[in-house]
Amino acid sequence: MKHSHDLDCKDLLSQMNDYIDGDLDETLCSEIEAHIKTCQHCQIIVDTLKKTITLCREEGREVNLPPDARQRLFEKLNLPENDD
Amino acid sequence: MNKADENSKIDLEALRRKDKHAFAQLVNQNSDNIYRLGMKMLGNPQDAEDILQETFIKAFDNIDRFEGRSKVSTWLYRIAVNEALMLLRKRKDNLTEIDAELETKNGDLLPRQIVDWCCLPEKELVSNESRKRINAAIQTLSDANRAAFLLRDVEGLSTKETADVLDISESAVKVRLMRARLQLREELTNFFADKMVRESL
Repeated sequence: MKHSHDLDCKDLLSQMNDYIDGDLDETLCSEIEAHIKTCQHCQIIVDTLKKTITLCREEGREVNLPPDARQRLFEKLNLPENDD
Repeated sequence: MNKADENSKIDLEALRRKDKHAFAQLVNQNSDNIYRLGMKMLGNPQDAEDILQETFIKAFDNIDRFEGRSKVSTWLYRIAVNEALMLLRKRKDNLTEIDAELETKNGDLLPRQIVDWCCLPEKELVSNESRKRINAAIQTLSDANRAAFLLRDVEGLSTKETADVLDISESAVKVRLMRARLQLREELTNFFADKMVRESL
């Protein structure tokens, strides 16, 4: 899909990671934003990609070390448990 | 500030003297992160606990080799990832060809499903069923792509730190991360698009 400006969907895909991570320079960032405004497909890909990352991050960070596993770790390492 | 960021307060000299209190502090500040990484790399609590114990045993034995050029948390992630990848390789000893095939299949992942599921209510996106699917999707990634994704997007390491942990270039991190993110998006889109269809019936 090609639009009135220079950037096309394939270019956007190759820059998507850097765009999402905020690693692109201002000019390229504005070009991508202009493209997204007129291309619903790319808008959906960017939105669902961002949401995917957020959901996976939240799910991943739910995991904490269970207290009994922590106790076994300190025993295994022969360390005092109450230090912080 | 998360616990790993507090590592700057850790007394490296005391660790090198094998001071048990300093080491207990290091364990307290990093055990959640290392366990979490193990859980998501291996997919089960028993293996995650084994990785956790091995990581700190190795860190204790090899603290003299830590030069202090990176954060100590990055060094611990490096030990943990290597342990996890070694365990995964052992599991798959006879399945190398299948793994290589998957890597190729996922290598050129163009977005196929274009459905806007972001409009689903938050409670649908984080329901138990959805969370199960998210975890299953993370496990479908190749080991290499999963490690890059977990370090960068879940643990919040920079591209440079992820490259140091995995001992690859920053551009290789970006390639693996992109493949992982696109594959996860595809998996979640399949799931949430089905959910939207089911709910509209």
